[in-house]
Amino acid sequence: MDDLLSEFLTETNENLAVLDVELVKLEQNPNDPGLLSNIFRLVHTIKGTCGFLGLPRLESVAHAAENVLGKFRDGELHVSPYAVSLILESLDTIKGILSVLEQTEAEPPGNDQDLIDRLNAMAEGKELPRAGAAAAPAPVVATTDPDQLFEPVPAALTHTLAPVAQPEPKKEEPPPPPVPVATKPAASRDVAPVAEPTPPAEPAAPPPPPPPRAEGASNNEDVRGEGAKESALAQQTIRVHVDLLENLMTMVSELVLTRNQLLQILRSQKDSEFAAPLQRLNHVTSELQEGVMKTRMQPIGNAWAKLPRLVRDLSHELHKKIDLQMLGAETELDRQVLELIKDPLTHMVRNSGDHGLEIPAERIAAGKSETGRITLNAFHEGGHIIIEISDDGKGLPLSKIKSKIVQNGLASEAELAQMSDQQIQQFIFKPGFSTAAKVTSVSGRGVGMDVVKTNIEKIGGTIEMRSIEGRGTTFTIKIPLTLAIVSALIVECASERFAVPQISVVELVRAADDSEHKIERINGAPVLRLRNRLLPLVSLQRLLKLGSAQDDDKRETFIVVSQVGNYTFGIIVDRVFDTEEIVVKPVAPILRHIELFSGNTILGDGSVIMILDPNGIATASGNMATLQDTQVATQEAAKATRREDDKMALLLFSAGEGGPKAVPLSLVARLEDVDLNHVELSNGEPVVQYRGKLMPLVPIDPTWKIVRDKRQPVVVFADGERSMGLVVDEIVDIVEDKLAVELGTERPGFLGSAIIAGKATDVIDAGFYLTRAFKDWFGNAHEGFEDLRQHRVLLVDDSPFFRNLLTPLLTVSGYDVTAVESADEALALCESGEDFDVIVSDIEMPGMSGLDFAQAVRSSSRWASTPLVALSSHSTPRDLDRGREAGFNDYVAKFDREALLFTLQQTITEKGAA
Amino acid sequence: MSARLPAVKKAGSQEVATIKNEDFVTATIAGQLFGIPVLQVQDVLGPQKITRIPLAPPEVAGSLNLRGRIVTAIDVRLRLGLPPRPADGKPVMSIVVDHKGELYSLMVDHVGEVLSLTSHDFERHPATMDQRWREISTGIYRLKETLLVVLDVSKLLNFANIEAA
Repeated sequence: MDDLLSEFLTETNENLAVLDVELVKLEQNPNDPGLLSNIFRLVHTIKGTCGFLGLPRLESVAHAAENVLGKFRDGELHVSPYAVSLILESLDTIKGILSVLEQTEAEPPGNDQDLIDRLNAMAEGKELPRAGAAAAPAPVVATTDPDQLFEPVPAALTHTLAPVAQPEPKKEEPPPPPVPVATKPAASRDVAPVAEPTPPAEPAAPPPPPPPRAEGASNNEDVRGEGAKESALAQQTIRVHVDLLENLMTMVSELVLTRNQLLQILRSQKDSEFAAPLQRLNHVTSELQEGVMKTRMQPIGNAWAKLPRLVRDLSHELHKKIDLQMLGAETELDRQVLELIKDPLTHMVRNSGDHGLEIPAERIAAGKSETGRITLNAFHEGGHIIIEISDDGKGLPLSKIKSKIVQNGLASEAELAQMSDQQIQQFIFKPGFSTAAKVTSVSGRGVGMDVVKTNIEKIGGTIEMRSIEGRGTTFTIKIPLTLAIVSALIVECASERFAVPQISVVELVRAADDSEHKIERINGAPVLRLRNRLLPLVSLQRLLKLGSAQDDDKRETFIVVSQVGNYTFGIIVDRVFDTEEIVVKPVAPILRHIELFSGNTILGDGSVIMILDPNGIATASGNMATLQDTQVATQEAAKATRREDDKMALLLFSAGEGGPKAVPLSLVARLEDVDLNHVELSNGEPVVQYRGKLMPLVPIDPTWKIVRDKRQPVVVFADGERSMGLVVDEIVDIVEDKLAVELGTERPGFLGSAIIAGKATDVIDAGFYLTRAFKDWFGNAHEGFEDLRQHRVLLVDDSPFFRNLLTPLLTVSGYDVTAVESADEALALCESGEDFDVIVSDIEMPGMSGLDFAQAVRSSSRWASTPLVALSSHSTPRDLDRGREAGFNDYVAKFDREALLFTLQQTITEKGAA
Repeated sequence: MSARLPAVKKAGSQEVATIKNEDFVTATIAGQLFGIPVLQVQDVLGPQKITRIPLAPPEVAGSLNLRGRIVTAIDVRLRLGLPPRPADGKPVMSIVVDHKGELYSLMVDHVGEVLSLTSHDFERHPATMDQRWREISTGIYRLKETLLVVLDVSKLLNFANIEAA
């Protein structure tokens, strides 16, 4: 089945299951706006998705139902049992159609006009439920039976009707038509076929409400699939003891090692009959290993689940207004770690609420908004998980801390005078330290931060704090991801191998006396010139006190350029091997004090290897201390340099005739050296297998021929999943220079000539070659160099289905798409300094809705002028107005791909023109 | 002081129970016979490929892979303050013990048989014994030919103590 369709089915079925429950709740509690908007959103999602996939019948039913729900939500209609029944009936119709869809991959023929008419009547506020219902019974048959594909067969009618009738007495005890109630269930249950005449006889009965359950039971033929699905849904998760998983993990590791040994033996034997089965064993084992590893990971959101409630209670208790924001809830970490940080996190959020945030009156006096904000943010960084807990409260009161320190005899006034504010703030981590004026039930007993600190350090984590008085406090917890899977680069130093987490490796540089990169020394401290910057270097050999350090100048070495926070440095190693997926295992407790290692692991060949911790190395090399103070400064500096004179890094190479050629380095993904023996022809065009995919090769020199037994440098351009190789003769250099094309050219593939590094250089038009490889690399014809910069689109939609659908669609059309699932996440991107050309947002989303999001975007400084396009299927004039008011520039129907593309193009052009 | 407390208790309880047998895996290091309670022993290994761990305490020989688990190898000789093993070509043997859920491989010169010893032959260590040795053993068994020093695995692995000492 089509991936899209099957995903749609899964998502819609899940939504329907939720809807069933929610609607019942709604009936009991018709005035709950939260419930209503949730129901509305779910139906809306179903409708939108149907539209996009071209399922008109489903869409029309969902649309009609949504209209009714919309009226409920806007308070124009009252929730009545009849209305709920009607909605439930539509859901059943949708379910019926879905089950056929699942089997045949096509909507069943027929239409649901009667049902839709009744829904529309309802929506128009015609207070004629009876009248509508009078017509109902026939439609009930008409609407449900086409789903069964048995239209003309009366037996089918009874099948659908019997279950409809059956549950009725259970739920709808006082249904409008009182008389048949007693007789009907009996009739339908005992003699199902006889039930056929009954439905018309009791027209007013709103029977369909509870059929979901019954339908599965008795709608034997077509609904069989559905019944199975429902139970499958219920059984999607099971509880397993962690020890069991742990054991599995160990066993799988063992299996992997055994497999590796077998493969090793196999390699030494030619034409073994074991080759094929071993290959298979190989694959199965790899997949098994991967699967088992995944079982250990859990999103950090699980540890946060209780916080919203806690904060709510807290705000009531303390009479403060608190807004809790949680970002990065999907960041995965090992479940063990998760358990261990749960309590410290809870404690810290409580602390922020109690000590950090002020009461509303104080906040207003301080010129802040009445509502205090606590933000939790989790993300991966350099093989660690960082959790930030920040509040915009009053910050740490230095004077109070000072007096407390003196009071507790932790330091004297004189000593305090010598300390920096930062050092003084650190005292809150001392046992028995509390600055809360009075002990509350919430906190203030002084058994706080020291416990948090110890707990975090117990699992090998660190906690840092930054506080500005009057502005708030931010705690940064860094925890290692024990047992998490990371991709690591294997390096060698003094004939010992080590793993460096790939995530912190920026690039690799080969340094030797004969190469352009040479290690130089300033007073013994090694540095490297890299693209006109000095890169501080750390000798791993010296750091680890391995062997003698005398000869490290002569040999050829490699430099692993790593980044920790904003600090970039190089680690000198002897050799670099491949990258490998590794399972990080914590080091033995007796070795935990060695900061340079974040863990150890077993490699594929069975050897144990230590994992280097770039953070530890940075600390050990003595640069972190100064780093923190200058962090902000460097950030600013980095930004400034980026803008400086529009200088850009250019890759110089030679290809074909003429002088050197250049292409902006930012467009280049990688430089590769391709063995021409591996070049194959596909469709007459040269391709090469690259990272498990086929990469087309495009020569600049049209006379280029594949010469066997030669190697050829290739400049790789990549975009998402696709990459393309530009065949050149020689890579010359990377220079940073101003790119000013002075002589235009008519030659295809060239933008013109510029003076680069003092030489006339042809600037090639990468776009030309990209489209040679993939016709659709950019959706439309590119006009000149500026268009090479893809327009960045931020897509905000809570439905994974839509995100998956739209992302490739937009990417193919030449946009650089960033998809996030909530408005909060989008705003986090805004705060982190991302820029987009246009933002496309869904309207109906859990949490912050699209309208609120738009307002937030408009009031932000960074994105205030970024065009916003709403993605929605409401298109009544009032909805449009609402959207415009909130700040949306344009409205696009969710299921209209063409319109979306057109609008995006237009919006961007307008913006460019403005 | 507190370090010796458990040993006293043990001896006391053993006197009450009169005859109580305990099984030990024996090992020889520099000619001296040692015993490790058999219940703590997981495995006995021959020579293994050991990965050195830079910056680790000298007693930590490195780590090795035991059926998918990472085991920290401890050179017991160095832990006992003995000179490093002479390179005589004899294979190193190791006893793998479990300590608080972590596996440690104790590298010794030779691993012998399992002995069942009675509490009759047990004695607290003599006052003349090296302080370092006293810290990591619970006592001595008098065997016919020789004396067996009982190793206390948890103290053997308590590296914080060495640094303090």
